[in-house]
Amino acid sequence: MITLTDFLIVSAALFCIGLYMIISKHNAIQILIGIELMLNAAILNLVAFGKFDKIANSGQVFALFAIVLAAATTAVALAIILNVYKKYKTIDPRKINNLKD
Amino acid sequence: MSLTQLLFYIMAFIVVASALFVASSKNLVRSIFMFFITLFGLAGLYVLALADFVAVTQIVIYVGGVLVLILFAFMLSGKETLNVLQQQKSKFISLSKLPAILLAALFFVVMVNVILKTDADNVYWVKMVTGANRQIKPNDIMTDNIGINLMTRYLLPFEAISILLMMALVGAAHLARKERGTV
Repeated sequence: MITLTDFLIVSAALFCIGLYMIISKHNAIQILIGIELMLNAAILNLVAFGKFDKIANSGQVFALFAIVLAAATTAVALAIILNVYKKYKTIDPRKINNLKD
Repeated sequence: MSLTQLLFYIMAFIVVASALFVASSKNLVRSIFMFFITLFGLAGLYVLALADFVAVTQIVIYVGGVLVLILFAFMLSGKETLNVLQQQKSKFISLSKLPAILLAALFFVVMVNVILKTDADNVYWVKMVTGANRQIKPNDIMTDNIGINLMTRYLLPFEAISILLMMALVGAAHLARKERGTV
């Protein structure tokens, strides 16, 4: 029997790894991967609790919504990264400190 | 120890170890492909949580969509991304990383503490469901139930997310287009 606490601890570990990546990385793509890790931790929580909702399936349905949201986020973020690269020739977030004009 | 438990620990180890590799690797390509393994391991964990449809969706959307998009961005943004990585190659544990590691580790301690204090297996509604033996069983087929729920109970969020997805796609196409005249 896998308890709920096991799932929660795995997802907490994933969340913290994502947090570390977001804080420490110098590369926008790696920061994006960190965000994806954090989102996945949240989805894992939703799915783990969804096991106890057989009638309404709220956990699993909202996990699906979160996955779709993550895909949309990534598409927009990558478009932004490509534009930033075109303008600055770098994707290090701490070197990008100007607005458009 | 039952087989499912063993599988759970294997999957959890794969997920956490590959995520740690993703976080620590200096080579961006290698870390992206390790992220691939993290996502597959997570799909395995979803199967063990008896959410097979979510697991398949995870593989189709994340591995098929998101990861390919990330690889695209990496390849289109060229050599400069690698140069940024090579600059910080020299030191193994640099001093600038220490606050981030400390913050993440302390946050992990706090979260584990909260989880252990919450004791999610004994929350009253979980207790109520397991007491009445109404949780999802391994031989239940949930996919058709998810479909019915998606079209009845969760119709409003479903439509909202479809509009949001369309907005995001239009926005992404708008951002990524070539501007005429100006650079």
